[in-house]
Amino acid sequence: QELTFLSKQEILLAYKRFSELLPKEQRENACSARVPKSRILTLPELRANPFQHRICHVFSTSDDGDDSMSFEDFLDMLSVFSDSATSDIKSHYAFRIFDFDDDGTLDRKDLEKLVNCLTGQGEESRLSGAEMEQLIQNILEESDIDKDGTINMSEFQHVVSRSPDFASSFKIVL
Amino acid sequence: EVFPPEEAGAAAPVGFLQQLPSYQTALRRRNAPGAGTQGRRNRWGQLVCTTQTVRTVLSLQRLQAGSVAPGPVACCEKVFLVFSNYILILRDLQQADTKYLSGWKQWKRASNKSLKKVLNEVKELSSYLELWRHDIHSIEGKFGTGIQSYFSFLRFLVLLNFIMFILMFSFVTFPSIISKYGIFNSTFAKIPPQNTEPHCTVYTPSGNKGLIYFYTYLKDLLSGTGLLEVTSLFYGYYTIHTAWFGILSYNLPLAYLLATFAYLALSFIWIIKRSVEGFKQNLVHDEDQFQSYCNKVFAGWDFCITDPNAARLKHRSLQYELQTDLEEERLKQKIADRTVKEKLRIYSLRIFINIIVIAVLSGCFYSIYTATVFSQENSSDISNVNFQANLLVQYLPSIVITLANFIAPQIFSFLIRFEDYSPAFEIRLTLMRCVFVRLANIGVLLFSLWSQISYCSTDECKACGYNYKLYPCWETEVGQEMYKLTIFDFMIILAVTLFVDFPRKLLVTHCSCKLVQWYGLQEFRISDNVLEIIYGQTICWIGTFFSPLLPAIATIKYFIIFYIKKISLIHTCKPAARPVRVSSSNFFFLLVLLIGLVLAFVPLGISIAHIPSSKACGPFKSFNTSWEVVPDTILGFPTGLQQVLHGIASEAFAVPFFVVICLVMFYFMALAGAHKRVVEQLREQLVLESRDKLFLIRKITEAQ
Repeated sequence: QELTFLSKQEILLAYKRFSELLPKEQRENACSARVPKSRILTLPELRANPFQHRICHVFSTSDDGDDSMSFEDFLDMLSVFSDSATSDIKSHYAFRIFDFDDDGTLDRKDLEKLVNCLTGQGEESRLSGAEMEQLIQNILEESDIDKDGTINMSEFQHVVSRSPDFASSFKIVL
Repeated sequence: EVFPPEEAGAAAPVGFLQQLPSYQTALRRRNAPGAGTQGRRNRWGQLVCTTQTVRTVLSLQRLQAGSVAPGPVACCEKVFLVFSNYILILRDLQQADTKYLSGWKQWKRASNKSLKKVLNEVKELSSYLELWRHDIHSIEGKFGTGIQSYFSFLRFLVLLNFIMFILMFSFVTFPSIISKYGIFNSTFAKIPPQNTEPHCTVYTPSGNKGLIYFYTYLKDLLSGTGLLEVTSLFYGYYTIHTAWFGILSYNLPLAYLLATFAYLALSFIWIIKRSVEGFKQNLVHDEDQFQSYCNKVFAGWDFCITDPNAARLKHRSLQYELQTDLEEERLKQKIADRTVKEKLRIYSLRIFINIIVIAVLSGCFYSIYTATVFSQENSSDISNVNFQANLLVQYLPSIVITLANFIAPQIFSFLIRFEDYSPAFEIRLTLMRCVFVRLANIGVLLFSLWSQISYCSTDECKACGYNYKLYPCWETEVGQEMYKLTIFDFMIILAVTLFVDFPRKLLVTHCSCKLVQWYGLQEFRISDNVLEIIYGQTICWIGTFFSPLLPAIATIKYFIIFYIKKISLIHTCKPAARPVRVSSSNFFFLLVLLIGLVLAFVPLGISIAHIPSSKACGPFKSFNTSWEVVPDTILGFPTGLQQVLHGIASEAFAVPFFVVICLVMFYFMALAGAHKRVVEQLREQLVLESRDKLFLIRKITEAQ
């Protein structure tokens, strides 16, 4: 238990919650079982999260690309989101979660999808085209240092290190 | 992998952003031990690492050793490898750490930890005693912090009124009652007869002895006359001058006056203390000029949210915040682009609308004045002839005030659309106008009451100083008016909830015609509700001098209102479409409450110091004004103390004192102005520095 950011009780609790997601016959060897994405998304902590699909995708080490998670993936996820993870790790994973097309940079399309996730699903909760343009322009002005129209990992970590709310909002506690 | 290799092309220009000293410092500060909860330590006090970090270390080691091909490792082997490597890491860290921790520091750290633990437990226990803790917490979870701040404000008022009641009861009512009934071997001395005109001292409250109709009881309960008039609820009951408990003497008039000052001072200090905390928070939050968009977008979503309702609220508030910020930016641009002709047009329109606002206000004030005059003149004429008409006339001022409080804000929010302000300023200005209307209405009511009371045409009346025919005991009259206002306010809140909110909910749920659905459920309008309870509290403050048990009634009233509002919120309200930032701040509520309190000082000051106290009833029968009891008591002090007190009250002391206070105030204002200028200069410098940094980075990458 000294190997993650989680304490012993937190790991045990995570194990309990993970095994609850498995059907009864697989519960004994929960260590090596994989839970499909649809079951993971029933967790209350992820249910209301607009980034739920991205989180599963980023932390899943599944070779099939079906975003299923093993217990280690689950523990990794909780460890990164725990209170005691360093901000370096958190910002690294945040970048990967926000990178919707997995190309290593946050370009305009990624930012647009990010803002739409934030404001909610549904037509009336989206920003208008002009507002979105203005917002993305402002974001790039604040964070894009090399003026290439995208935010890469270093720029993202740089801008997030100045942000006062990041550490307290990028947190999941079971 | 944790740290993928940087791509060659795009990342190289800013690859050394992480090497910048400022970035390293910020990172070190975030991850430093004791700096928040980052970097938790195990029982040896060392930082713990993630599995992935260790895994990376391991895989790198294995790659270097060339022993095992990189790939998934079996569970036990990994654990063994990890464990053995971790022992090495731990040993190094432990050795490094104990060098710097002497015995004293270790003991200090241990004792700090245990002290923190004890404090936390005490805090937890004391939070169980907090009133309605669970209710407010659940409201916050379902409806957001704006509405929760309304309910905690309501709780604060309940506590404040309760303390005021305890104060007045223990120092004024309790000694009166126990000395009147001779408990604890106490006796009392009635006020010695003064050489005042005999006609001023005639006061016969009916008391309603004998056979009376049932509805007279109801009328008395609702308007404070008859049966209630002679109880300790009103000023007229307290006729004792001194009470003797054994050898201790208790000067009741002095106690009455000092208790009044005490509750005003207590409210003042408590409100200021609470608002200072809110003010600091406000000031700090307003200062996030830098990177506000990035902060809102990248760190906007709170990953702790588990409830779908809370998630919906958060989505809405994020959308609203982003839209408001963008709109304010657009508006600033528009204002900067205005031509001279447009500016003239806007300013003249604003002046015209302000004139309309003043006209509306004058209309309200005039109607309140006439209603009060009419009510006072006619309520003493009509006897029990027509119960309903009498009650209506009695309650006429309350009705007119409530109508004015309802209509004026609607007019204001309609007018402000034409004035073309930024949204935040619009909200503030409308709120300020509504606050002014509500509090000024009370002022006009009191002014009209006083003009009635002090209206003297005959010589006999002038000898008493007040209109003794209509108001033999004018303080009780004022107390009754305040009592009626409180009761009516409470009944209106009940009636609106029962007869407007619930039927609306029923209509919307069961009737599917388009008009009804478009009208929809009501939203919980925070600012209107807050102004309502501040209005009630101002009345309570003014009325407590004339009716010492009024805080008890106010406590019960707010207690019941909490549950009414909570039920109405849960069952009939839909969540706010636009979470309002400005008016839901705690600091704003307390500021308006403070304005109400300061407004309450004025009529109380005039009643205590200027208007002659009634000679027919009350503890101040033998004094000219209520304030006179204080100089009277001072005359009984030893001469040395008297001289000191006279010196403090004289001009020779007051003027220099006032000048010194002004100097201190100017000093602090200058200091604040200087700080603001320094902050602006630092900001400008920061912008220049960041531009320099970008320039240098670009130059370096060109040179590479």
